Amino acid sequence: MTDITQSKLEQQSKPRSQWLDVWDQFSTHKGALAGAGFFLFVLLAVIFGPYVWAIDPQYIDIRARNEGMSLAHPLGTDQLGRDTLARLIRGGQTSMAVGLTAMLLSLVVGTLIGVLAGYVRWLDGPLMRLTDLFLALPLLPLLLVIIMLFRETLRSALGPEAGIFLLMVFVIGITSWMQTARIVRGDVLSLKEREFVLAAVSIGTPGRRIILRHILPNVLSPIMVSATLGIANAIITESALSFLGLGFPSDFPTWGRLLFDAIDYLQQDPGRVLWPGLAISLTVLSVNYMGDGLRDALDPRIRGR
Amino acid sequence: MKPRFIALLAAALLVVATHASAQRGADGHLNIIYWQAPSILNPFLSGGTKDIESASLVIEPLARYDEQGNMVPWLAEEIPTVANGGVADDLMSITWRVAEGITWSDGTPLTAADVAFTAEYCMHPEGGCAQLSSFEHVESVTAIDDRTVEIKYSTPKPFPYGPFVGATSPIIQKAQFQNCLGTSAPGCTDANFMPIGTGPFVVTEFRPNDVISMVANDNYRDPDKPAFASLTFKGGGDATAAGRAVLETGEFDYAWNLQLNPDVLTNMEAAGNGKILASFGTAVERIMVNLTNPDPDLGDERSTRAHPHPFMSDLAVRQALSMAIDRDILNEIGYGSTGRPTCNVVPAPAIYASDANDACLVQDVAGANAKLDEAGWVIGSDGIRAKDGVRLSILYQTSTNAVRQDFQALIKQWWSEIGVETELRNVDASVFFGGDPGSPDTFQKHFADLEMYTNLFDGTDPENYLNTWRCDNEPNPGNGWQGVNIPRYCDPAYDAMLEEMAGTADLDERVRLTKAMNDKLMQEVVMIPLIHRGRVSAHSNSLGGIKMNVWDSELWNAADWFRQ
Repeated sequence: MTDITQSKLEQQSKPRSQWLDVWDQFSTHKGALAGAGFFLFVLLAVIFGPYVWAIDPQYIDIRARNEGMSLAHPLGTDQLGRDTLARLIRGGQTSMAVGLTAMLLSLVVGTLIGVLAGYVRWLDGPLMRLTDLFLALPLLPLLLVIIMLFRETLRSALGPEAGIFLLMVFVIGITSWMQTARIVRGDVLSLKEREFVLAAVSIGTPGRRIILRHILPNVLSPIMVSATLGIANAIITESALSFLGLGFPSDFPTWGRLLFDAIDYLQQDPGRVLWPGLAISLTVLSVNYMGDGLRDALDPRIRGR
Repeated sequence: MKPRFIALLAAALLVVATHASAQRGADGHLNIIYWQAPSILNPFLSGGTKDIESASLVIEPLARYDEQGNMVPWLAEEIPTVANGGVADDLMSITWRVAEGITWSDGTPLTAADVAFTAEYCMHPEGGCAQLSSFEHVESVTAIDDRTVEIKYSTPKPFPYGPFVGATSPIIQKAQFQNCLGTSAPGCTDANFMPIGTGPFVVTEFRPNDVISMVANDNYRDPDKPAFASLTFKGGGDATAAGRAVLETGEFDYAWNLQLNPDVLTNMEAAGNGKILASFGTAVERIMVNLTNPDPDLGDERSTRAHPHPFMSDLAVRQALSMAIDRDILNEIGYGSTGRPTCNVVPAPAIYASDANDACLVQDVAGANAKLDEAGWVIGSDGIRAKDGVRLSILYQTSTNAVRQDFQALIKQWWSEIGVETELRNVDASVFFGGDPGSPDTFQKHFADLEMYTNLFDGTDPENYLNTWRCDNEPNPGNGWQGVNIPRYCDPAYDAMLEEMAGTADLDERVRLTKAMNDKLMQEVVMIPLIHRGRVSAHSNSLGGIKMNVWDSELWNAADWFRQ
């Protein structure tokens, strides 16, 4: 008993910001902390890795093919003698870049539609039917058609790699915003009947300001969570597309492509499947834990319990 | 004394055993596995290799192709030619003579009437015969006497060996099939499942899509053959399991068509139960050049002869691309013992294979660089050669397949060493080979500078195949992109040789023309051949007498197989 009063007193004595509270809550979630640590590690590894491990991931050294782990090739080489570690780092760059950008895109679209549908009554119907429509679309066939239709134009405008990158980010982004939009709409609907919003309306605050000042900060928690899930989703979709042999050119490594290439060598050299598989699943897992922790941390009703 | 006695006894037994094995049925039971299961034993009602090959144990043609692709008389006395008078001088008819003393497995003699009936059966307008292409241009087939049959053609046929030659065109018994003509053909289940034949085996039980049981034919023409008293022909599963069953576990004696990764096959063979057989047909993995401009800005005229390619139309560039490739390494990585490097698009049968282009077997990066320098392609600041503002930047596409993507990556690196930039693209195989005129990614449209795939020709005569690269045979919007001349090659000199071949029946002349056309295509680098691909099967160590054959049924000489 005395301990608690003691700590409460200490807390009151120090000035505390909201974000510090969030961090305190977040740091009590061991899984979230480990997840965030790992995600940061992967991020740093793919950004600075090429400077530390300077082997060209596309260089073929035919004499050194199918080698096991060694000092020259810590994760071995593939069937053409390309360094697996270098390819893993380079593949991670693409996969993470696709994941983060696609997540941002789907977040912006999802939040915009969710807030509009929740706040503007006459937009609710049409926007939610649009969301249902997108939810009902089968994702993979749609992606195949989009890639077939627009690949050529983008390739000639931006070059093969940048063109496909843009296309991938775009198709993944616009096919994964629906969950965010639905969750945000639900929260906005309940928030806009709350007293503080009614109070703001009654003193004549314009709608734009109400959304930015009162509603958005309060729906931040579901948005953050869907953002983390969105990264995982985007990485997996990109992997699936590369696994199907679509997407980036075949010599351009991504995690999904590495996994796809390694399938035939599963018996002979399990490591080649293991590393990209591990990278994908651990990244996705860490992001999911982060999302879990963020949800707890951002919800003021759970915080402190 | 005692050990010596045993040794003597063993030696005596061995003599008896060797002697016995020369008798019909002395070697017991034979197990064959085809990972695609036969569904019918009548090749005229099914185009499937599994059905044709399983039926070849029972019913036989007048002549077969041996393992070299040469024709050998089978149920006929000899191969009719113009020289021996069997083929008419105007090339409008051919006369076969059935060999003497051949009987069906029910004991009745094989006659010319059976041969004529077979033609009637397949050419029946309501029959839907799967092997109708063998009977192309046939006007009539008549039995002149008991052993002589004459085939008349509607046009001169320089290569008249379509009907009754090879496993796709065997003779069926008139007595058994005479009520099965036309629309009633598929309904004759007994005849289709258990045909009476002249071959070494007789069907005792046929379970469609599963197992066939056979026993030796008592009326087979050679009294000492077949060496096996019975056989089980098991169908179904997959190539890996079939390979294991022969090479690793030894449950089966023969497994067909093991298209597996070379490392996987080598590992299986290492178990020591059996051996891998590779035989080389006409399949060649090649890179097809696009001699026309695939620029998307050209709209409907994209990849048509209206616009020549900005740099692929330069022979020096095409030659340099071919010279920079190390085919040995490609073969080692992708095919191992199931392929071999080649510089010809007609690599087989052996008599047609040219050796005029073999220089390409050795990689020559320095030579390729020199060739491009000479032609005025200068390396720019970005390491890529260019001339008059045209950069050597290639889009190189193929179907999605692990081996092909490895080839692409390797070749891209070699080309970067001669200052050529390569962009790789792979297209799903069902789209690439699908032929859908609405898709931009089919191999016919060839909306790329280069594309890689395998092609081959059926049978042993290359005339139709060489006809592929005739002028005006190319795919274009006018024919719904259905043409076959993928490089869009057009040369009157080449077409003239084709005309000459169409009127030539003499084999030596045909060989000369085939080689000349092959060499012309190769030396002008209209396509870049890479690997001559083989067909792979496996047999157990105890099975002998196998002659792996890609020109006919693999089981063509099953009568000669024995237990070692």
